Amino acid sequence: MSDEAGRTETAAGPGDAPVGIDPRGPRAGAGITALLLAVVILLWTSTAALVLLAVVAASFLLGAVRGAQGTWQAWVFRTVLLPRIGPTAEREDPRPPRFAQAVGLVITGAGVVLGLLGVAAAVPVAAVLALVAAVLNAAFGLCLGCELYLLLRRVAPAR
Amino acid sequence: MTPAVLPALLLLVTLLATVVLGAWWRRRQGVVRSARGEPDDAAGAVVDWAAHGVDLGERRTFVQFSAELCAPCRATARVLGEVSASHPDVTHREMDVDDHLDLVRAFGVLRTPTVLVLDAQGREVARASGGMNRAQALAALAVGEGPETVPAGVRA
Repeated sequence: MSDEAGRTETAAGPGDAPVGIDPRGPRAGAGITALLLAVVILLWTSTAALVLLAVVAASFLLGAVRGAQGTWQAWVFRTVLLPRIGPTAEREDPRPPRFAQAVGLVITGAGVVLGLLGVAAAVPVAAVLALVAAVLNAAFGLCLGCELYLLLRRVAPAR
Repeated sequence: MTPAVLPALLLLVTLLATVVLGAWWRRRQGVVRSARGEPDDAAGAVVDWAAHGVDLGERRTFVQFSAELCAPCRATARVLGEVSASHPDVTHREMDVDDHLDLVRAFGVLRTPTVLVLDAQGREVARASGGMNRAQALAALAVGEGPETVPAGVRA
């Protein structure tokens, strides 16, 4: 323990992490979101599709502001799923899932805005893009937005 | 009423493509690769690691590029911290990509976490990207240390 040679130095690493959350919560939430997005695709360019996509976008807005643990999907996870599967000691930083919610908001929000402006095809296109990200998250634990973060950061000009 | 064939087909194709993408991504997690090219002509100069706050281990050094928005980075840091704690001649340093964009560009790092394995002189001998487990970390340590240590893509 006191051997300084074999120590991890994290001075330049991620700062003080906030209280961790159950990592299964955001994944279960992404599964619920994926189901809704699949329905949006099946509803195609109808008004119902636009309304449902707006509901998904509003959920992402909630998650982007309050974190993934503050969405209604997280509430469903806690009240329906959690009592059945039991608690876990595993915890994850809430910031990556929250960032993922913001990425979801940008994609679905663009679909809703374009749909309202009369670009009907934007609704299923946005739903397809968001569905890919949601399924990757739910089934594989992959946060697509986080994965692309460094690439975007590298192309973006220095701040 | 139009038949809903096209939407259903698009949904199916999207789901299939996503599963293929996800499976491919998962298989690549933490796979150890030897450094490209000859170890001693690594673009002329070796990086001055001390200037970047990295203390080189006597045997190997893990330099881990991480981001705040990266959940697998935490798990990887835990694994590499444990491995370096049990090997006194190995050190581990986590670098935030936002603070070290110069190194990120110099080493062609495209995603987080990416772990460089350096020898005692600070030359890259191997690297891995994506979340790493303990077996992969130990395999990464062994790269370049014996005739039979060419990594065969160690996985979970």
